[in-house]
Amino acid sequence: MNAPLPAFLESNPRLDRWIAFPAPGQVTVLTGRVELGQGVLTAMAQIAADELDVDLARITVRSGDTDVTPNEGYTSGSHSIQAGGIAMRQACADIRALYLAQAAVVLGCNADALSVRDGGILRDGASTGLDYWSLSGAVDLAVKATGAGRPKAVADFTRIGESHARLDLPGKVFGAPVFIHDMRLDGMVHARVVRQPNRGATIGAIDEAAIRRAAKGPVEFVRQGNFLAIIGGDETAVERAGGAAPAHVQWNDVETPVAAQQEASWLLQRPAVDRTLGDPEPADAQGRERFEATFTRGYLAHASISPSCGLALFKDGHLTVWTHCQGVYPLRAALAKILPVTAENMTVVHVPGSGCYGHNGADDASADAAIIAMQKPGVPVRVRWRREEEFVFEPKSASMVVTVRALLDTDGKPVDWTQEIWSGTHMNRPGGGGNLLGALALPNPPPEPPPADVPEANGGGATRNGVPLYAIPATRMIHHLIPDTPIRTSSLRGLGAVPNVFAIESCLDDLAARAGQDPVAYRLSITSDPRARATIEKVAAMANWQADAPGGTGRGRGIGFARYKNRAAYSAVVVELDVDEDIRLARIWCATDAGLVINPDGAINQLEGGIVQAASWVLKEQVRFDSDAASGLSSFDWDTYPVLKFSEVPEIDVELINTKDDVPLGVGEASSGPTAAAIGNAVSHALGLRIHDLPLTRERIMAALLQD
Amino acid sequence: MTTTVEFQVNGKPVSVAPLDEETPLLDVLRNELGLMGTRFGCGLEQCGCCMVLIDGAPEKCCAKPVWSVAGKQVTTVEGMGNAEAPHPLQQAFLDEQAGQCGYCLSGILISAKALLDANPKPTRAEIAAALDGNICRCGTHVRILRAVDKAAAVMRGERA
Ligand code: FES
Ligand code: FES
Repeated sequence: MNAPLPAFLESNPRLDRWIAFPAPGQVTVLTGRVELGQGVLTAMAQIAADELDVDLARITVRSGDTDVTPNEGYTSGSHSIQAGGIAMRQACADIRALYLAQAAVVLGCNADALSVRDGGILRDGASTGLDYWSLSGAVDLAVKATGAGRPKAVADFTRIGESHARLDLPGKVFGAPVFIHDMRLDGMVHARVVRQPNRGATIGAIDEAAIRRAAKGPVEFVRQGNFLAIIGGDETAVERAGGAAPAHVQWNDVETPVAAQQEASWLLQRPAVDRTLGDPEPADAQGRERFEATFTRGYLAHASISPSCGLALFKDGHLTVWTHCQGVYPLRAALAKILPVTAENMTVVHVPGSGCYGHNGADDASADAAIIAMQKPGVPVRVRWRREEEFVFEPKSASMVVTVRALLDTDGKPVDWTQEIWSGTHMNRPGGGGNLLGALALPNPPPEPPPADVPEANGGGATRNGVPLYAIPATRMIHHLIPDTPIRTSSLRGLGAVPNVFAIESCLDDLAARAGQDPVAYRLSITSDPRARATIEKVAAMANWQADAPGGTGRGRGIGFARYKNRAAYSAVVVELDVDEDIRLARIWCATDAGLVINPDGAINQLEGGIVQAASWVLKEQVRFDSDAASGLSSFDWDTYPVLKFSEVPEIDVELINTKDDVPLGVGEASSGPTAAAIGNAVSHALGLRIHDLPLTRERIMAALLQD
Repeated sequence: MTTTVEFQVNGKPVSVAPLDEETPLLDVLRNELGLMGTRFGCGLEQCGCCMVLIDGAPEKCCAKPVWSVAGKQVTTVEGMGNAEAPHPLQQAFLDEQAGQCGYCLSGILISAKALLDANPKPTRAEIAAALDGNICRCGTHVRILRAVDKAAAVMRGERA
């Protein structure tokens, strides 16, 4: 009896959807995972190289192409290695077994006597003259995976676990045209969209002449319902027109956010879909000491370094779309709902863009290109959003309010924990097309999707990491999903985990202080998971944690810990910083247990990135609303939405532990929550008081100091 | 009426015929000369993706009218080196795996080159200050700072 197949192999069982041997000496790895700057394609190549026993140099990776690669949904949630990697391992093991079985037939021997070295078949260690390529005619990979091949044991890995250099980095260092933004197709037109301000807004008047004057070059208008775009062969003219157009197009029924909606506390008075998860409320809380605190975080932008881009060509009844989104199959399904083309007549291909960190404008930009391409058969269309367009129209990370209520035992340890969460959704991916911006402007726009958040089975959205991993006898979450938010919200790295971990870990430090204990010792005293303990102990050792460091001196140090989604990687972070009016990060340490790590340096790179990005969120970032701004947002460029600069980034030490475990745990989002929490705790230690609202701006520090 | 503008790119003379004299240098590099290494990030001179050297000085070129470089020397990331003959900075970025999405790297390499051309032995703080006009959203900062420091040492002959 074979073990059950990994989920993605079960849903994409044909082995030729995973691996091909296209020409002598060559191996093609096909993966539904897409490169978002996280190095996943290199990791997939390492996995295939190890399980097939071929040299990495023989491998070419094709990724995210609805014509050839498996459907693995979205590349998100730090899921790629944990789920996609396991599927790839099993597929390769099955393929290796099929080839060995065929070689055994040819050689008239037992397959047990055979092994593979760099694609060549060995018998009792000696070359047989057979290899994957010479046997390819006789082995049919258009068959279903069976799970009959046994993936290697960790001890037998030779490439998995090595810090292999990223395959995609040379092109990026030498300025090669590797990004979707660099694609140029014959006869291609450039396009900019004049964005509908909101669902339901209709075009009143268009001053085409003024827009043409601004373009100072030939441009053409494409319109379908309230979808309006400007196209032309010269990008300079099209960009000028696109930049000028909003001032020359008048819209009716415009609703823009107002300043009063900016802060997360606005959510508290809104209609909500409520639910409670976890243990029942305690029957008898009498006599228990209570602790309660409330934390907020504003809306965040993904703020990808490059505005979104998409290309499309409708030719001979077939639509091809190039996109840097996270899921080519889901995008194809959504486009089939909004365009007069079926999924069978559509190809969606991933081409790398800049880092996205979640659901940014990528899907929308490709939908824009597709809508225009349908109007211009035979003409390749390239849409590139403008900087302001990206900031204003990308889906934001939802603002959140988190209230913690705990009951304490006589030692000051929590025995009952309630995490009450107010948030918009963290899930607004294209789905049925109702979330593709361009589609909302078309005649008969798709209906608004019903309010929903990421299901708990996928780690939850606002509820992600809402349950502390600590040993607390009873826990529950009360989740208020606010369906109607002033701006569109969707997934950003970590989703609700960052506000939740910030809240939990802030409370733990305050509880430790009440109990007169050191924050590290207090955490360890309520931690039963041995891997969690090891991670916390490791980071404390790395940072040379001093239990008796005095507080309120302006210099602070803080710790934060979480296991991402309570089932991916364990990560603990210590931050040292100085506070006067501003916060200056001095040093950051991070210990992470991600189990089996395919590419340690790649994992460390991801963890470092998560740390820096979280530091930027916590210290600087909030999307600001302004009733007077045309879009309602006063965050629309890098000056009005600043992020962390080079001179603000401290030295960061990251160490991985337990890397030879046999199960990989997703790592890409693991360090963000702990970093946010560690910064909060370090600021609290430095000031001797806590700030509950993110970001930790100068205004908030000054206000807290004045109140004290 | 066509405008032509003449200047040098990566040591070679070019003559271009942009839409008009106000056309940004970045558009000319990418759309007319096919040099895609210089990236578009904002068009607002805020992010540094489009950094090039103009007569050796680092400048953002997304809003720089092409007329302003007439007769000048423009260096882009493609002019720094290639896979066969990488610039020490490019080699150090590969050695340190200093990149995630890599979209910011062209501009950062150019800013770093300008720094090392002027200051062969910068401190970490000086490197960071020289890169403050460049945004990296992926958070690759620590590696990038390390790579620039390493390249400087290599260029001084102190490291291989
Ligand atoms: S693209 Fe020129 S500075 Fe951003
Ligand atoms: S590596 Fe992605 S922006 Fe720097």
